[in-house]
Amino acid sequence: MKIRPFRLSVFALSLLIPAALCAVVLFLMIYSGQAIMFNGLHFLTDVTWNLGDMYDDPVTVHGVSVPSGAEYGILVFIVGTLVSSGLAILIAVPLSVGAAIFLSEAVPAKIRPVLSMLVELIAVVPSVVFGLWGIAVLVPFIGHHLSPTGNGYGLLAASIVLALMITPIIASTLLDALLQVPKENRESAFALGATHFEVVSKAMMPMVRATLIGGIVLALGRALGETMAVLMVSGGGGNILPTSLFSPISTIASFVAGQLDSAEADPTNMSVRALSEVALVLFLITLAVNAGAKLLASGALNVRKRQS
Amino acid sequence: MSASVSPKPFRSALEMKRVIYSNLGWVACGLALLLVIFPLLDIVWVIAVNGLSAFSVKLFTTDTTGASSGLRNAIEGTALITIFAMLIAVPIGIGAGIHLSEYGKNKTGSTIRFLSDVLTGTPSIVLGYFSYIIFIISFGWGFSLAAAAITIAILIVPYLARITELALEQVPNTMREAAYALGATDPTVVFKVVLPAAASGVITGALLALAISVGETAPLIYTAGWSNYTWDGRFTHSPVGYLTYVIWTFIDQPDAQSHALAFAAAFLVMLVVLAINIGVRLTVRRTKFV
Repeated sequence: MKIRPFRLSVFALSLLIPAALCAVVLFLMIYSGQAIMFNGLHFLTDVTWNLGDMYDDPVTVHGVSVPSGAEYGILVFIVGTLVSSGLAILIAVPLSVGAAIFLSEAVPAKIRPVLSMLVELIAVVPSVVFGLWGIAVLVPFIGHHLSPTGNGYGLLAASIVLALMITPIIASTLLDALLQVPKENRESAFALGATHFEVVSKAMMPMVRATLIGGIVLALGRALGETMAVLMVSGGGGNILPTSLFSPISTIASFVAGQLDSAEADPTNMSVRALSEVALVLFLITLAVNAGAKLLASGALNVRKRQS
Repeated sequence: MSASVSPKPFRSALEMKRVIYSNLGWVACGLALLLVIFPLLDIVWVIAVNGLSAFSVKLFTTDTTGASSGLRNAIEGTALITIFAMLIAVPIGIGAGIHLSEYGKNKTGSTIRFLSDVLTGTPSIVLGYFSYIIFIISFGWGFSLAAAAITIAILIVPYLARITELALEQVPNTMREAAYALGATDPTVVFKVVLPAAASGVITGALLALAISVGETAPLIYTAGWSNYTWDGRFTHSPVGYLTYVIWTFIDQPDAQSHALAFAAAFLVMLVVLAINIGVRLTVRRTKFV
Protein backbone atom coordinates (compact mmCIF):
# COMPACT_ATOMS: atom_id res chain seq x y z
CA MET A 1 0.00 0.00 0.00
CA LYS A 2 1.23 3.47 -0.86
CA ILE A 3 2.16 5.63 2.10
CA ARG A 4 0.34 8.93 2.06
CA PRO A 5 2.06 11.31 4.49
CA PHE A 6 -0.72 13.90 4.44
CA ARG A 7 -3.47 11.43 5.24
CA LEU A 8 -1.34 9.86 7.94
CA SER A 9 -0.61 13.19 9.57
CA VAL A 10 -4.25 14.35 9.76
CA PHE A 11 -5.14 10.85 10.99
CA ALA A 12 -2.53 11.24 13.74
CA LEU A 13 -4.01 14.62 14.68
CA SER A 14 -7.50 13.15 14.91
CA LEU A 15 -6.18 10.34 17.10
CA LEU A 16 -5.16 12.97 19.66
CA ILE A 17 -8.85 13.35 20.64
CA PRO A 18 -9.39 9.72 21.71
CA ALA A 19 -5.89 9.83 23.21
CA ALA A 20 -6.84 12.80 25.39
CA LEU A 21 -10.01 11.06 26.49
CA CYS A 22 -8.17 7.85 27.32
CA ALA A 23 -5.52 9.83 29.20
CA VAL A 24 -8.24 11.52 31.29
CA VAL A 25 -9.85 8.20 32.24
CA LEU A 26 -6.55 6.37 32.73
CA PHE A 27 -4.87 8.98 34.93
CA LEU A 28 -7.98 9.57 37.03
CA MET A 29 -8.13 5.80 37.58
CA ILE A 30 -4.42 5.40 38.36
CA TYR A 31 -4.38 8.39 40.65
CA SER A 32 -7.49 7.37 42.55
CA GLY A 33 -6.29 3.76 42.91
CA GLN A 34 -5.18 4.11 46.53
CA ALA A 35 -8.34 6.02 47.41
CA ILE A 36 -10.48 3.30 45.83
CA MET A 37 -8.66 0.68 47.94
CA PHE A 38 -9.02 2.74 51.10
CA ASN A 39 -12.66 3.73 50.57
CA GLY A 40 -14.11 0.59 49.12
CA LEU A 41 -17.83 0.75 48.45
CA HIS A 42 -18.38 3.02 51.46
CA PHE A 43 -17.31 5.81 49.15
CA LEU A 44 -20.70 5.74 47.44
CA THR A 45 -22.83 5.06 50.52
CA ASP A 46 -21.25 7.17 53.28
CA VAL A 47 -22.64 10.56 54.15
CA THR A 48 -19.55 12.04 55.79
CA TRP A 49 -16.63 13.64 53.99
CA ASN A 50 -14.00 14.28 56.63
CA LEU A 51 -10.46 15.14 55.67
CA GLY A 52 -9.17 13.96 59.05
CA ASP A 53 -6.64 15.65 61.32
CA MET A 54 -3.94 16.94 59.00
CA TYR A 55 -1.65 18.00 61.87
CA ASP A 56 -1.68 14.60 63.57
CA ASP A 57 0.63 11.83 62.34
CA PRO A 58 -0.93 9.99 59.40
CA VAL A 59 -2.17 6.48 60.10
CA THR A 60 -1.79 3.52 57.79
CA VAL A 61 -4.93 1.62 56.79
CA HIS A 62 -4.85 -1.28 54.29
CA GLY A 63 -1.28 -0.26 53.49
CA VAL A 64 -2.39 3.28 52.58
CA SER A 65 -1.26 6.35 54.51
CA VAL A 66 -4.16 8.66 55.42
CA PRO A 67 -4.68 11.51 57.89
CA SER A 68 -6.09 10.10 61.14
CA GLY A 69 -9.87 10.14 61.28
CA ALA A 70 -10.25 10.73 57.54
CA GLU A 71 -13.27 9.29 55.82
CA TYR A 72 -14.53 9.96 52.36
CA GLY A 73 -18.20 9.47 51.50
CA ILE A 74 -19.95 11.19 48.63
CA LEU A 75 -23.54 10.04 49.05
CA VAL A 76 -24.57 13.59 49.94
CA PHE A 77 -23.08 14.92 46.71
CA ILE A 78 -24.54 12.14 44.59
CA VAL A 79 -27.97 12.87 46.07
CA GLY A 80 -27.42 16.62 45.63
CA THR A 81 -26.48 16.11 41.99
CA LEU A 82 -29.40 13.82 41.17
CA VAL A 83 -32.02 15.86 43.05
CA SER A 84 -30.93 19.25 41.70
CA SER A 85 -30.69 17.95 38.12
CA GLY A 86 -34.00 16.11 38.46
CA LEU A 87 -35.76 19.23 39.73
CA ALA A 88 -34.11 21.25 36.96
CA ILE A 89 -35.52 18.82 34.39
CA LEU A 90 -38.98 19.05 36.01
CA ILE A 91 -38.87 22.84 35.72
CA ALA A 92 -37.23 22.99 32.30
CA VAL A 93 -39.31 20.43 30.38
CA PRO A 94 -42.72 22.19 30.56
CA LEU A 95 -41.10 25.57 29.92
CA SER A 96 -39.09 24.45 26.93
CA VAL A 97 -41.91 22.38 25.44
CA GLY A 98 -44.25 25.36 25.72
CA ALA A 99 -41.66 27.72 24.31
CA ALA A 100 -40.86 25.42 21.39
CA ILE A 101 -44.55 24.92 20.53
CA PHE A 102 -45.19 28.65 20.66
CA LEU A 103 -42.13 29.38 18.53
CA SER A 104 -42.96 26.80 15.90
CA GLU A 105 -46.72 27.42 15.61
CA ALA A 106 -47.86 30.74 17.01
CA VAL A 107 -45.03 33.10 16.14
CA PRO A 108 -44.99 34.66 12.65
CA ALA A 109 -42.21 33.17 10.54
CA LYS A 110 -40.65 36.62 10.24
CA ILE A 111 -39.82 37.10 13.89
CA ARG A 112 -39.22 33.43 14.66
CA PRO A 113 -35.47 33.60 13.85
CA VAL A 114 -35.03 36.49 16.29
CA LEU A 115 -36.82 34.72 19.14
CA SER A 116 -35.20 31.36 18.51
CA MET A 117 -31.81 33.09 18.42
CA LEU A 118 -32.58 34.57 21.84
CA VAL A 119 -33.39 31.10 23.14
CA GLU A 120 -30.18 29.69 21.67
CA LEU A 121 -28.15 32.54 23.14
CA ILE A 122 -29.11 31.39 26.64
CA ALA A 123 -26.99 28.32 25.98
CA VAL A 124 -23.84 30.35 25.37
CA VAL A 125 -24.02 32.49 28.51
CA PRO A 126 -21.07 31.33 30.63
CA SER A 127 -21.95 29.29 33.69
CA VAL A 128 -20.24 31.76 36.01
CA VAL A 129 -22.43 34.60 34.70
CA PHE A 130 -25.53 32.55 35.52
CA GLY A 131 -24.07 32.13 38.98
CA LEU A 132 -23.51 35.87 39.32
CA TRP A 133 -27.10 36.56 38.26
CA GLY A 134 -28.23 33.90 40.69
CA ILE A 135 -26.45 35.62 43.57
CA ALA A 136 -27.56 39.12 42.53
CA VAL A 137 -31.20 38.45 41.60
CA LEU A 138 -32.48 34.93 42.24
CA VAL A 139 -31.07 34.22 45.70
CA PRO A 140 -32.36 37.47 47.26
CA PHE A 141 -35.76 36.82 45.63
CA ILE A 142 -36.00 33.30 47.06
CA GLY A 143 -34.74 34.56 50.42
CA HIS A 144 -37.36 37.30 50.66
CA HIS A 145 -40.40 35.63 49.20
CA LEU A 146 -40.13 31.87 49.45
CA SER A 147 -37.63 30.59 51.98
CA PRO A 148 -38.92 30.24 55.56
CA THR A 149 -35.41 30.87 56.90
CA GLY A 150 -34.77 33.94 54.75
CA ASN A 151 -31.75 32.25 53.20
CA GLY A 152 -32.04 31.95 49.44
CA TYR A 153 -28.97 29.78 48.80
CA GLY A 154 -29.78 26.11 48.41
CA LEU A 155 -31.42 23.38 46.39
CA LEU A 156 -34.17 25.51 44.85
CA ALA A 157 -31.81 28.24 43.64
CA ALA A 158 -29.46 25.64 42.16
CA SER A 159 -32.30 23.84 40.41
CA ILE A 160 -33.76 27.02 38.93
CA VAL A 161 -30.38 28.17 37.60
CA LEU A 162 -29.74 24.70 36.17
CA ALA A 163 -33.21 24.70 34.60
CA LEU A 164 -32.52 28.03 32.88
CA MET A 165 -29.23 26.72 31.54
CA ILE A 166 -30.68 23.55 30.01
CA THR A 167 -33.94 25.03 28.67
CA PRO A 168 -32.38 26.10 25.33
CA ILE A 169 -31.02 22.58 24.74
CA ILE A 170 -34.48 21.00 25.01
CA ALA A 171 -36.30 23.88 23.33
CA SER A 172 -34.10 24.13 20.25
CA THR A 173 -34.02 20.35 19.77
CA LEU A 174 -37.81 20.23 19.95
CA LEU A 175 -38.27 23.31 17.76
CA ASP A 176 -36.20 21.76 14.97
CA ALA A 177 -38.19 18.55 15.21
CA LEU A 178 -41.56 20.36 15.18
CA LEU A 179 -40.57 22.38 12.11
CA GLN A 180 -39.81 19.13 10.30
CA VAL A 181 -43.18 17.47 10.91
CA PRO A 182 -44.63 16.79 7.42
CA LYS A 183 -47.35 19.17 6.25
CA GLU A 184 -49.67 16.25 5.47
CA ASN A 185 -49.90 15.23 9.13
CA ARG A 186 -50.84 18.72 10.22
CA GLU A 187 -53.34 19.17 7.45
CA SER A 188 -55.08 15.86 8.04
CA ALA A 189 -55.53 16.75 11.70
CA PHE A 190 -56.98 20.15 10.73
CA ALA A 191 -59.27 18.44 8.24
CA LEU A 192 -60.67 16.28 11.02
CA GLY A 193 -61.81 19.45 12.76
CA ALA A 194 -59.12 19.68 15.39
CA THR A 195 -58.37 23.09 16.82
CA HIS A 196 -54.87 24.40 16.10
CA PHE A 197 -53.72 23.54 19.62
CA GLU A 198 -55.12 20.03 19.30
CA VAL A 199 -53.21 19.63 16.04
CA VAL A 200 -50.01 20.46 17.89
CA SER A 201 -50.66 18.52 21.07
CA LYS A 202 -52.35 15.43 19.62
CA ALA A 203 -50.94 15.09 16.11
CA MET A 204 -47.51 16.70 16.15
CA MET A 205 -46.16 16.10 19.66
CA PRO A 206 -46.48 12.28 19.48
CA MET A 207 -44.40 12.35 16.28
CA VAL A 208 -41.50 14.17 17.92
CA ARG A 209 -41.59 12.32 21.22
CA ALA A 210 -38.36 10.38 20.60
CA THR A 211 -36.46 13.56 19.73
CA LEU A 212 -37.87 15.28 22.79
CA ILE A 213 -36.71 12.49 25.08
CA GLY A 214 -33.28 12.53 23.46
CA GLY A 215 -33.05 16.27 24.05
CA ILE A 216 -34.11 15.88 27.69
CA VAL A 217 -31.45 13.24 28.33
CA LEU A 218 -28.83 15.43 26.65
CA ALA A 219 -29.90 18.31 28.89
CA LEU A 220 -29.69 16.03 31.91
CA GLY A 221 -26.09 15.21 31.00
CA ARG A 222 -25.30 18.90 30.88
CA ALA A 223 -27.02 19.60 34.21
CA LEU A 224 -25.21 16.79 36.00
CA GLY A 225 -21.80 18.18 35.11
CA GLU A 226 -22.59 21.86 35.59
CA THR A 227 -20.15 23.38 38.04
CA MET A 228 -19.80 27.10 38.55
CA ALA A 229 -23.40 28.27 38.68
CA VAL A 230 -24.27 25.53 41.17
CA LEU A 231 -21.17 26.22 43.24
CA MET A 232 -22.20 29.87 43.54
CA VAL A 233 -25.87 29.51 44.50
CA SER A 234 -26.19 26.09 46.17
CA GLY A 235 -25.03 27.12 49.62
CA GLY A 236 -22.25 24.52 49.61
CA GLY A 237 -23.90 21.94 51.84
CA GLY A 238 -22.02 18.87 52.97
CA ASN A 239 -22.19 15.92 55.36
CA ILE A 240 -25.96 16.15 55.68
CA LEU A 241 -28.61 15.03 53.24
CA PRO A 242 -30.93 17.77 51.94
CA THR A 243 -34.31 17.79 53.65
CA SER A 244 -36.16 20.62 51.95
CA LEU A 245 -36.10 22.82 48.86
CA PHE A 246 -34.08 25.35 50.80
CA SER A 247 -31.42 23.01 52.20
CA PRO A 248 -27.87 23.85 51.22
CA ILE A 249 -26.54 21.24 48.80
CA SER A 250 -23.43 20.42 46.84
CA THR A 251 -23.30 18.56 43.57
CA ILE A 252 -20.38 16.31 42.71
CA ALA A 253 -19.03 18.87 40.27
CA SER A 254 -19.41 21.88 42.55
CA PHE A 255 -17.87 19.94 45.44
CA VAL A 256 -14.75 19.13 43.42
CA ALA A 257 -14.44 22.76 42.36
CA GLY A 258 -14.73 24.01 45.93
CA GLN A 259 -12.18 21.66 47.47
CA LEU A 260 -8.94 23.08 46.09
CA ASP A 261 -7.59 24.55 49.32
CA SER A 262 -8.24 21.53 51.51
CA ALA A 263 -6.81 19.20 48.88
CA GLU A 264 -3.58 21.16 48.85
CA ALA A 265 -3.29 21.13 52.64
CA ASP A 266 -3.27 17.34 52.99
CA PRO A 267 0.31 16.06 53.59
CA THR A 268 -0.58 12.46 52.65
CA ASN A 269 -2.16 13.57 49.36
CA MET A 270 -5.08 11.27 50.16
CA SER A 271 -7.73 13.94 49.72
CA VAL A 272 -6.38 14.71 46.24
CA ARG A 273 -6.68 11.00 45.44
CA ALA A 274 -10.18 10.83 46.89
CA LEU A 275 -11.20 13.88 44.84
CA SER A 276 -9.82 12.14 41.78
CA GLU A 277 -12.16 9.24 42.58
CA VAL A 278 -15.01 11.76 42.86
CA ALA A 279 -14.13 13.17 39.43
CA LEU A 280 -14.06 9.63 38.05
CA VAL A 281 -17.55 8.92 39.42
CA LEU A 282 -18.83 12.15 37.85
CA PHE A 283 -17.24 11.19 34.54
CA LEU A 284 -18.89 7.78 34.58
CA ILE A 285 -22.32 9.22 35.41
CA THR A 286 -22.21 11.80 32.61
CA LEU A 287 -20.80 9.19 30.22
CA ALA A 288 -23.73 6.88 30.91
CA VAL A 289 -26.28 9.67 30.45
CA ASN A 290 -24.68 11.04 27.27
CA ALA A 291 -24.38 7.57 25.77
CA GLY A 292 -28.09 7.10 26.53
CA ALA A 293 -28.88 10.39 24.78
CA LYS A 294 -26.85 9.30 21.77
CA LEU A 295 -28.69 5.98 21.56
CA LEU A 296 -32.03 7.76 21.74
CA ALA A 297 -30.99 10.38 19.20
CA SER A 298 -29.72 7.82 16.70
CA GLY A 299 -33.07 6.11 17.00
CA ALA A 300 -31.51 2.77 17.93
CA LEU A 301 -34.28 2.20 20.43
CA ASN A 302 -37.25 2.95 18.20
CA VAL A 303 -36.21 1.30 14.96
CA ARG A 304 -38.78 -1.42 15.50
CA LYS A 305 -41.57 1.08 15.95
CA ARG A 306 -40.75 2.87 12.72
CA GLN A 307 -40.65 -0.28 10.65
CA SER A 308 -43.98 -1.61 11.82
CA MET B 1 -54.86 29.98 15.52
CA SER B 2 -57.45 30.78 12.92
CA ALA B 3 -59.17 27.43 13.36
CA SER B 4 -59.99 28.05 17.00
CA VAL B 5 -61.62 31.44 16.44
CA SER B 6 -63.55 30.73 13.23
CA PRO B 7 -66.98 32.32 13.51
CA LYS B 8 -69.82 29.90 14.08
CA PRO B 9 -73.37 30.62 15.07
CA PHE B 10 -73.70 27.79 17.55
CA ARG B 11 -71.18 25.83 19.59
CA SER B 12 -71.95 22.70 21.52
CA ALA B 13 -70.74 22.43 25.10
CA LEU B 14 -68.04 19.97 24.05
CA GLU B 15 -66.83 22.29 21.33
CA MET B 16 -66.73 25.24 23.72
CA LYS B 17 -64.67 23.15 26.09
CA ARG B 18 -62.20 22.24 23.37
CA VAL B 19 -61.88 25.85 22.22
CA ILE B 20 -61.33 27.03 25.79
CA TYR B 21 -58.73 24.32 26.46
CA SER B 22 -56.95 25.23 23.25
CA ASN B 23 -56.83 28.91 24.08
CA LEU B 24 -55.59 28.11 27.59
CA GLY B 25 -52.92 25.93 25.99
CA TRP B 26 -51.72 28.78 23.78
CA VAL B 27 -51.60 31.13 26.76
CA ALA B 28 -49.55 28.59 28.72
CA CYS B 29 -47.13 28.13 25.82
CA GLY B 30 -46.75 31.87 25.37
CA LEU B 31 -46.08 32.28 29.08
CA ALA B 32 -43.49 29.50 28.90
CA LEU B 33 -41.68 31.32 26.09
CA LEU B 34 -41.73 34.54 28.10
CA LEU B 35 -40.39 32.71 31.15
CA VAL B 36 -37.58 31.24 29.06
CA ILE B 37 -36.54 34.51 27.42
CA PHE B 38 -37.08 36.87 30.34
CA PRO B 39 -34.16 35.57 32.49
CA LEU B 40 -31.75 36.06 29.57
CA LEU B 41 -32.87 39.65 29.14
CA ASP B 42 -32.68 40.18 32.90
CA ILE B 43 -29.16 38.71 33.01
CA VAL B 44 -27.99 40.98 30.21
CA TRP B 45 -29.73 43.97 31.83
CA VAL B 46 -28.41 43.37 35.37
CA ILE B 47 -24.86 42.72 34.16
CA ALA B 48 -24.89 45.68 31.77
CA VAL B 49 -26.23 48.16 34.34
CA ASN B 50 -23.95 47.04 37.18
CA GLY B 51 -20.99 46.41 34.92
CA LEU B 52 -21.18 49.74 33.11
CA SER B 53 -21.51 51.70 36.34
CA ALA B 54 -18.25 50.10 37.49
CA PHE B 55 -16.46 51.02 34.28
CA SER B 56 -13.52 53.37 34.34
CA VAL B 57 -10.14 53.78 32.69
CA LYS B 58 -8.55 52.43 35.86
CA LEU B 59 -10.12 49.05 35.09
CA PHE B 60 -7.71 48.61 32.20
CA THR B 61 -4.64 50.26 33.68
CA THR B 62 -4.28 48.83 37.18
CA ASP B 63 -3.92 45.28 38.48
CA THR B 64 -6.33 43.48 40.79
CA THR B 65 -4.44 44.12 43.98
CA GLY B 66 -7.43 44.83 46.19
CA ALA B 67 -11.11 45.56 46.05
CA SER B 68 -10.82 49.07 44.61
CA SER B 69 -8.51 48.38 41.73
CA GLY B 70 -8.55 47.30 38.12
CA LEU B 71 -8.66 44.19 36.03
CA ARG B 72 -5.56 44.59 33.85
CA ASN B 73 -3.92 41.34 34.98
CA ALA B 74 -7.17 39.37 34.67
CA ILE B 75 -7.91 40.70 31.18
CA GLU B 76 -4.36 39.93 30.10
CA GLY B 77 -4.53 36.47 31.68
CA THR B 78 -7.79 35.55 29.95
CA ALA B 79 -6.39 36.82 26.65
CA LEU B 80 -3.17 34.81 27.06
CA ILE B 81 -4.94 31.60 28.09
CA THR B 82 -7.34 31.95 25.15
CA ILE B 83 -4.60 32.75 22.61
CA PHE B 84 -2.34 29.87 23.63
CA ALA B 85 -5.27 27.46 23.91
CA MET B 86 -6.33 28.43 20.38
CA LEU B 87 -2.74 28.08 19.12
CA ILE B 88 -2.73 24.50 20.40
CA ALA B 89 -6.31 23.59 19.55
CA VAL B 90 -6.85 25.10 16.09
CA PRO B 91 -4.25 23.02 14.19
CA ILE B 92 -5.29 19.83 15.99
CA GLY B 93 -9.01 20.49 15.68
CA ILE B 94 -8.87 21.44 12.00
CA GLY B 95 -6.53 18.53 11.22
CA ALA B 96 -8.85 16.12 12.98
CA GLY B 97 -11.82 17.66 11.16
CA ILE B 98 -10.06 17.18 7.82
CA HIS B 99 -9.45 13.53 8.62
CA LEU B 100 -13.03 12.93 9.76
CA SER B 101 -14.58 14.64 6.75
CA GLU B 102 -12.20 13.59 3.95
CA TYR B 103 -10.87 10.18 4.96
CA GLY B 104 -12.87 9.19 8.04
CA LYS B 105 -16.04 7.71 6.57
CA ASN B 106 -15.31 4.29 8.03
CA LYS B 107 -15.35 2.39 11.34
CA THR B 108 -12.27 4.14 12.71
CA GLY B 109 -13.75 7.49 11.82
CA SER B 110 -17.03 6.85 13.57
CA THR B 111 -15.19 5.58 16.64
CA ILE B 112 -13.17 8.80 16.76
CA ARG B 113 -16.38 10.78 16.23
CA PHE B 114 -18.08 8.96 19.11
CA LEU B 115 -15.12 9.43 21.48
CA SER B 116 -14.93 13.07 20.48
CA ASP B 117 -18.58 13.47 21.48
CA VAL B 118 -17.81 11.75 24.79
CA LEU B 119 -15.00 14.27 25.39
CA THR B 120 -17.40 17.13 24.57
CA GLY B 121 -19.87 15.77 27.11
CA THR B 122 -17.25 15.40 29.84
CA PRO B 123 -17.83 17.99 32.58
CA SER B 124 -15.17 20.68 32.35
CA ILE B 125 -14.35 20.32 36.04
CA VAL B 126 -13.28 16.72 35.38
CA LEU B 127 -10.89 17.93 32.69
CA GLY B 128 -9.59 20.58 35.07
CA TYR B 129 -8.99 18.04 37.79
CA PHE B 130 -7.25 15.73 35.32
CA SER B 131 -4.89 18.56 34.37
CA TYR B 132 -4.29 19.27 38.04
CA ILE B 133 -3.17 15.68 38.61
CA ILE B 134 -0.98 15.61 35.50
CA PHE B 135 0.53 19.05 35.10
CA ILE B 136 0.43 20.52 38.59
CA ILE B 137 1.18 17.44 40.71
CA SER B 138 2.95 14.91 38.47
CA PHE B 139 4.90 17.30 36.21
CA GLY B 140 5.34 19.78 39.05
CA TRP B 141 4.50 22.79 36.84
CA GLY B 142 2.52 24.51 39.57
CA PHE B 143 -0.45 26.68 38.62
CA SER B 144 0.58 28.02 35.27
CA LEU B 145 -0.34 29.40 31.87
CA ALA B 146 0.79 26.21 30.13
CA ALA B 147 -1.46 23.97 32.24
CA ALA B 148 -4.43 26.33 31.78
CA ALA B 149 -3.97 26.68 28.02
CA ILE B 150 -3.60 22.92 27.48
CA THR B 151 -6.73 22.23 29.56
CA ILE B 152 -8.80 24.71 27.58
CA ALA B 153 -7.35 23.27 24.38
CA ILE B 154 -8.52 19.76 25.36
CA LEU B 155 -11.93 21.27 26.02
CA ILE B 156 -12.31 22.98 22.62
CA VAL B 157 -10.55 20.57 20.25
CA PRO B 158 -13.59 18.26 19.91
CA TYR B 159 -15.82 21.27 19.08
CA LEU B 160 -13.37 22.48 16.46
CA ALA B 161 -13.02 19.01 14.94
CA ARG B 162 -16.77 18.44 14.60
CA ILE B 163 -17.52 21.93 13.27
CA THR B 164 -14.67 21.67 10.76
CA GLU B 165 -15.98 18.28 9.70
CA LEU B 166 -19.51 19.64 9.22
CA ALA B 167 -18.18 22.62 7.26
CA LEU B 168 -16.01 20.50 4.96
CA GLU B 169 -18.86 18.09 4.30
CA GLN B 170 -20.84 20.97 2.77
CA VAL B 171 -18.28 21.23 -0.05
CA PRO B 172 -19.64 19.32 -3.06
CA ASN B 173 -17.71 16.21 -4.07
CA THR B 174 -17.49 17.36 -7.67
CA MET B 175 -14.99 20.03 -6.59
CA ARG B 176 -12.72 17.38 -5.08
CA GLU B 177 -13.08 15.17 -8.13
CA ALA B 178 -12.26 18.06 -10.45
CA ALA B 179 -9.12 18.85 -8.45
CA TYR B 180 -8.00 15.21 -8.36
CA ALA B 181 -8.68 14.92 -12.10
CA LEU B 182 -6.27 17.79 -12.66
CA GLY B 183 -3.62 15.71 -10.90
CA ALA B 184 -3.75 17.51 -7.55
CA THR B 185 -2.33 15.74 -4.52
CA ASP B 186 -4.19 15.23 -1.23
CA PRO B 187 -2.79 18.33 0.50
CA THR B 188 -3.46 20.48 -2.57
CA VAL B 189 -7.07 19.32 -2.74
CA VAL B 190 -7.62 20.04 0.94
CA PHE B 191 -5.74 23.31 1.29
CA LYS B 192 -6.41 24.87 -2.11
CA VAL B 193 -9.94 23.62 -2.83
CA VAL B 194 -11.88 22.21 0.13
CA LEU B 195 -10.69 24.43 2.99
CA PRO B 196 -11.08 27.73 1.08
CA ALA B 197 -14.59 26.70 0.05
CA ALA B 198 -15.49 25.92 3.64
CA ALA B 199 -13.53 28.79 5.18
CA SER B 200 -16.54 30.60 6.64
CA GLY B 201 -17.69 27.48 8.48
CA VAL B 202 -14.23 26.77 9.86
CA ILE B 203 -13.78 30.37 11.00
CA THR B 204 -17.21 30.23 12.64
CA GLY B 205 -16.10 27.16 14.56
CA ALA B 206 -12.90 28.84 15.68
CA LEU B 207 -14.83 31.90 16.87
CA LEU B 208 -17.32 29.78 18.85
CA ALA B 209 -14.40 27.93 20.42
CA LEU B 210 -12.88 31.29 21.32
CA ALA B 211 -16.12 32.32 23.02
CA ILE B 212 -16.15 29.08 25.00
CA SER B 213 -12.59 29.53 26.21
CA VAL B 214 -13.21 33.13 27.31
CA GLY B 215 -16.22 32.09 29.39
CA GLU B 216 -14.82 28.96 31.05
CA THR B 217 -14.10 28.91 34.77
CA ALA B 218 -14.24 25.39 36.18
CA PRO B 219 -11.24 23.93 34.32
CA LEU B 220 -9.11 26.93 35.28
CA ILE B 221 -9.64 26.75 39.05
CA TYR B 222 -7.30 23.78 39.29
CA THR B 223 -4.86 24.83 36.58
CA ALA B 224 -4.39 28.59 36.31
CA GLY B 225 -4.51 29.54 39.98
CA TRP B 226 -4.65 33.27 40.45
CA SER B 227 -2.15 36.08 40.30
CA ASN B 228 -2.40 39.73 41.31
CA TYR B 229 0.19 40.70 38.75
CA THR B 230 0.52 40.75 35.00
CA TRP B 231 2.25 37.87 33.24
CA ASP B 232 5.96 37.51 33.94
CA GLY B 233 6.65 35.65 30.70
CA ARG B 234 6.96 32.18 32.22
CA PHE B 235 4.81 29.31 31.00
CA THR B 236 5.21 27.17 34.12
CA HIS B 237 5.68 27.85 37.84
CA SER B 238 3.79 31.11 37.57
CA PRO B 239 0.04 31.37 38.18
CA VAL B 240 -2.07 33.63 35.97
CA GLY B 241 -5.21 35.61 36.72
CA TYR B 242 -8.36 35.38 34.60
CA LEU B 243 -11.62 37.30 34.35
CA THR B 244 -14.04 34.57 35.36
CA TYR B 245 -12.10 34.05 38.61
CA VAL B 246 -12.85 37.65 39.54
CA ILE B 247 -16.56 37.03 38.93
CA TRP B 248 -16.99 34.03 41.21
CA THR B 249 -14.68 35.05 44.05
CA PHE B 250 -15.25 38.81 44.27
CA ILE B 251 -19.04 38.49 44.41
CA ASP B 252 -18.54 36.62 47.70
CA GLN B 253 -16.68 39.55 49.26
CA PRO B 254 -18.76 41.74 51.55
CA ASP B 255 -17.90 45.16 50.10
CA ALA B 256 -19.63 46.93 47.21
CA GLN B 257 -16.37 47.72 45.40
CA SER B 258 -15.56 44.02 45.02
CA HIS B 259 -19.06 43.42 43.69
CA ALA B 260 -18.59 46.23 41.18
CA LEU B 261 -15.37 44.59 40.00
CA ALA B 262 -17.11 41.23 39.65
CA PHE B 263 -19.86 42.82 37.53
CA ALA B 264 -17.33 44.69 35.42
CA ALA B 265 -15.52 41.40 34.73
CA ALA B 266 -18.83 39.68 33.93
CA PHE B 267 -19.71 42.54 31.56
CA LEU B 268 -16.44 42.12 29.65
CA VAL B 269 -16.90 38.34 29.38
CA MET B 270 -20.54 38.66 28.29
CA LEU B 271 -19.59 41.32 25.75
CA VAL B 272 -17.07 39.01 24.07
CA VAL B 273 -19.26 35.90 24.23
CA LEU B 274 -22.48 37.56 23.04
CA ALA B 275 -20.73 39.63 20.35
CA ILE B 276 -19.15 36.51 18.86
CA ASN B 277 -22.30 34.41 19.06
CA ILE B 278 -24.68 37.06 17.74
CA GLY B 279 -22.23 38.00 14.99
CA VAL B 280 -21.84 34.38 13.93
CA ARG B 281 -25.59 33.75 13.96
CA LEU B 282 -26.34 36.85 11.93
CA THR B 283 -23.77 36.05 9.25
CA VAL B 284 -24.32 32.29 9.08
CA ARG B 285 -28.08 32.00 8.97
CA ARG B 286 -29.73 29.05 10.71
CA THR B 287 -26.80 26.69 10.60
CA LYS B 288 -26.91 24.34 13.54
CA PHE B 289 -23.44 23.47 14.69
CA VAL B 290 -23.77 22.32 18.27
